[in-house]
Amino acid sequence: MAAAAPPADVPLRIRGLSVSYASERGRIDAVRAIDLDVAAGEFLGIVGESGSGKTQLLLSILGLSAPRAELHGSIRYRDQELLGLDVAALNKVRGNRISMVFQDPMTALNPYLRIGRQITEVLRVHRATGARAAEQRAIEMLQSVHIPDAARRMRQFPHELSGGMRQRVMIAMALIAQPEILLADEPSTALDVTVQAQIMSLFQQLRAGTGTAIVLVTHDLGVIAEVADRVIVMYAGRIMEQAPVHALFAHPRHPYTEALQQSIPRIDAPRPHRLPSIPGAPPNPASLPPGCPFAPRCLYRMAVCDARMPPLVEASPGHWKACHHEGALGKLRAEAA
Amino acid sequence: MNAGAANPGAVNARAANSDAANSDAASRPAALDPAPLLAVRGLAVSYRVSDRGRHALLRAVNGVSFDLARGETLGLVGESGSGKSSIARALLRLVPAQSGSAQFRGSDLLQLAGSPLQAMRRHLQLIFQDPLAALDPRMPIGAILAEPLRVFEPQLTGAAREQRVLAMARAVGLGPEHLSRYAHQFSGGQAQRIGIARALIIEPELVVCDEPLSALDVSIKSQISNLLKDLQRRMQLSLLFISHDLAAVRFSCDRVMVLYLGRVMEMAGCDALFSASRHPYTRALMRAAPIPDPVAARARHHAPLEGEVPSPLSAPSGCVFRTRCPLAIQRCTQEVPELRQVGESLVACHRAEEVKSAA
Repeated sequence: MAAAAPPADVPLRIRGLSVSYASERGRIDAVRAIDLDVAAGEFLGIVGESGSGKTQLLLSILGLSAPRAELHGSIRYRDQELLGLDVAALNKVRGNRISMVFQDPMTALNPYLRIGRQITEVLRVHRATGARAAEQRAIEMLQSVHIPDAARRMRQFPHELSGGMRQRVMIAMALIAQPEILLADEPSTALDVTVQAQIMSLFQQLRAGTGTAIVLVTHDLGVIAEVADRVIVMYAGRIMEQAPVHALFAHPRHPYTEALQQSIPRIDAPRPHRLPSIPGAPPNPASLPPGCPFAPRCLYRMAVCDARMPPLVEASPGHWKACHHEGALGKLRAEAA
Repeated sequence: MNAGAANPGAVNARAANSDAANSDAASRPAALDPAPLLAVRGLAVSYRVSDRGRHALLRAVNGVSFDLARGETLGLVGESGSGKSSIARALLRLVPAQSGSAQFRGSDLLQLAGSPLQAMRRHLQLIFQDPLAALDPRMPIGAILAEPLRVFEPQLTGAAREQRVLAMARAVGLGPEHLSRYAHQFSGGQAQRIGIARALIIEPELVVCDEPLSALDVSIKSQISNLLKDLQRRMQLSLLFISHDLAAVRFSCDRVMVLYLGRVMEMAGCDALFSASRHPYTRALMRAAPIPDPVAARARHHAPLEGEVPSPLSAPSGCVFRTRCPLAIQRCTQEVPELRQVGESLVACHRAEEVKSAA
């Protein structure tokens, strides 16, 4: 049920994935029955607000969900089912075939180990590369992520580097084993805007150079517009809309996507008197409504929306939406004007 | 020192607000404001820090001058280390200023002490980035909103105070049912509404907004942006709007000051800045700002600015931006550029005249 005409090569297929866990507020359904394909070499953007489940979805792929989280469904990488795999088998995949870059490199890097040791570890574990060859390869990798003076950086500790530099180190670590898929969770959110632009441009270069597929999770629709080929919009654990990037921005088909897109001010257009804005806040993940989770905030709400969750259907080739509303959108802009 | 300090006349230049009707005024930013609400001159802020075990002086703000008119919103933008938060903290007297002055309501904010300073605080309020962290978790919202009134308007009767609290709560979109709840029972967006209500309930004239939208979700940001703008107009507030988000600044501000390593790079009316900025750093910031439109975003064929902001402990000589500037020449290493009028901007760049075509 995921992508329309599945591309020839789809290394990662997720079907019916649900992630839930117990919290102080009750049972939280973080990810709800998600189908997702990642095609070879594509740049997939997953956008959502806090509580949308985007990060939980990403973590579940590499078996990094909270220890007591309950997972259902299937996560297939090539011929291998990743869900339920033991740690030893998972370790053959993660950092090797699929790797991950986190939002905060300071918590992901080991503060006690020199940069060089941390990068070369990937090669020594996964490739049994000799010390000298691994070091040479690590220096090349640091250079390819535009770290100046790479040989000296190899001997430094994480705290001696700036935030942007640490993020580059983490990207170098993630890519040194030439993975097929790179998962990135808000990799530039904590960085200054000029450094964010550098990191995004680096992702694009690396993808073009190595053919690694990139799955980028972010709250920033602007970042998605800059780099993604295809976009998934998540809300309250569900996929609301899924489309090629140009189609999604030119003709959003879900009221939530429309709201996200129009409520962001732009630097390249005269400012409006008011920003189009939707009322309310995302729902409490511990008490989700039975129907469409966006219905309470939706301008197109009908009785059916509160009764049942609309299925994700292909509205036009490659463009999927989960919404009962069939007509055109555009109410939000009209209301704000 | 920065040119701003040496030539305070120049910084009086300000574009009026950028309503279409005022575009004439905006294009003549040299018009002097006879009585700005706030006039900052030569502000410098330094911190004593330890640099590899040795004491060092970190110059966070280095000779910054600007005016803020009544009812005006001035955006302070720049990356980490630009000094935008230090300017705000010095004006609020949360950190000491090393030198400079800040005329506000007939006195120099930077010289006040004791009870005159305390009395001045009612006219000078702050809206924080993290609304939940800024609210006392043990006080119900009604008490949080009443506290500024207890301090600054002790003559109010209990009933009058309650009325003011309720009116302010309504103005930010909260109802009487919210007043008995505690901060943790609110979402981030609602908590920011409470933070705004607490800052505005004593009707201050000047409000510093320190990244008021950064911690909020995308769908909440637009609500709070609209609310701040409505209240600013209704209460004729003057706002210093600190943000790293240029698009938010374009929506919220009349005028913008672009800072880099503690110095003013460019200052202009919002429309002028976004349509014809004259500083290579402003241009670079704009190129790096994401545009939520793949066609427009991908039409920009510019390489991102290289490198990172240098440490303020070893700021470059001459123009502080020169180490990352695509237009830097020998002169930029030797001579600090003065803030001067070029086109519709006040700009500190030796090559500002060439920026139009080059960047």
